[in-house]
Amino acid sequence: MLIEPHGGRLVNRVLNETWRKKAIDNASKMAEIRIRDDTITDIENIAKGVFSPLEGFMGESDFENVLNRKSLSSGLPWTIPICLDVTKEEAERLEIGEDCVLADSKGTISAILHLEEKYYYVKKEMAEKVFLTADTKHPAVAKIENMGAVLLGGKIDLVNERFDPYRRYNLSPRETRVLFKEKGWRTVVAFQTRNPVHRAHEYIQKCALEIVDGLLLHPLVGETKSDDIPTDIRIKCYETIIRNYYNSGRTVFSVLPVNMRYAGPREAIFHSLVRKNYGCTHFIVGRDHAGVGNYYGTYDAHYIFDEFDPSAIGIQPLFFEHAFYCKKCNGMASAKTCPHPSEDHVFLSGTRVREMLRRGEIPPKEFTRPEVARVLIEGLKETEI
Amino acid sequence: MTLDKRVTIKIPRHLYDKLKEMIKGTGFGSVNEFIVYVMRDIASGGRLDQETGLSKQEIDLIRKRLIALGYLSNGKEEENR
Repeated sequence: MLIEPHGGRLVNRVLNETWRKKAIDNASKMAEIRIRDDTITDIENIAKGVFSPLEGFMGESDFENVLNRKSLSSGLPWTIPICLDVTKEEAERLEIGEDCVLADSKGTISAILHLEEKYYYVKKEMAEKVFLTADTKHPAVAKIENMGAVLLGGKIDLVNERFDPYRRYNLSPRETRVLFKEKGWRTVVAFQTRNPVHRAHEYIQKCALEIVDGLLLHPLVGETKSDDIPTDIRIKCYETIIRNYYNSGRTVFSVLPVNMRYAGPREAIFHSLVRKNYGCTHFIVGRDHAGVGNYYGTYDAHYIFDEFDPSAIGIQPLFFEHAFYCKKCNGMASAKTCPHPSEDHVFLSGTRVREMLRRGEIPPKEFTRPEVARVLIEGLKETEI
Repeated sequence: MTLDKRVTIKIPRHLYDKLKEMIKGTGFGSVNEFIVYVMRDIASGGRLDQETGLSKQEIDLIRKRLIALGYLSNGKEEENR
């Protein structure tokens, strides 16, 4: 049997053609709210069940519970607030109980919001509880600073999907579930990344694959930091490494269209729950998962799982330490398995690797596969990364 | 005005109570939610697959897309367990 989605069933709030036409016909009579691109990403994820059991933007009770208890008001674990902010002036013209159009910056309808709640929140409290800092140098805290003063809660219905340049690789939770069933996989491990796959990642993924039926390589392609490697280059890297070094019968490559929050440990839980919705039974949590700067401890994303009842989380986290190539071991290893000092390890910082790639130099093959390095060199020629 | 106009449908009390018991711990928030879910499925034609929670019609559509994208071959996948 496939693993159950979080909360027991996969949410589907994508309007069928009949209801979609009705929504478009009625839209002109509804109040309109212009929303940001990252909010549209959240809407599409809610509608397709990626964020099951959420059926819309959080009301005050769920919001407060997520901040204070890392759960929804139903008691189900949930660590990241999924909310819709508007200015006080915008909120005043909206009536609770009415439907509102959520439209992009050009006025194209994304979804209908069935407005159930309007409430105030404290930005500093949200930042400190979710991101463990109020420092505006943290990218998510800076974003909170620019949010409107009022949050709206209510279920949504998706009317129009945006153009998706990665549609070919963007499988929904329904699609991965059918795929895993067809493949006969009972256990699947998901690997989250926002970087190209280097040898260390490959090693961790393959170690995990040894104990399950299949691997879902599931890089994030939502909003990331400006200094992250651009998505199209990363996708070429993933295609290259899978073609050359992975067992295609045991590996599925698909993208995760979710915005990075950089919430470290809380985001590790969130990423796990999302992968459970995709039908995965195991999730790899590496060092400094979803971290940024020095806001979180290296293994805080491991320790946070101790705060939860494993059966309520449902998906099994697999914790990995920093991996590297050891010249003495003559192979990939980690601090857990290698007895040799760091001088024997091939380690390069992200900055050093970028410098080498920018100069057109291929990093040591013990660090990154040459085929991947060549894709990065070509791709980076055209960017300022 | 609301898009989501609803009507009241009456069902016997004992059936309501039975369904209320049945949905405990299943993720359905209310009997109403459960009935709407089941009715939608019936309206879309078919019983739900136990593992995926999808109708046969939905699964067929998804399989076609997975084949078109190269995730599945035309025949039944070789089992990798």
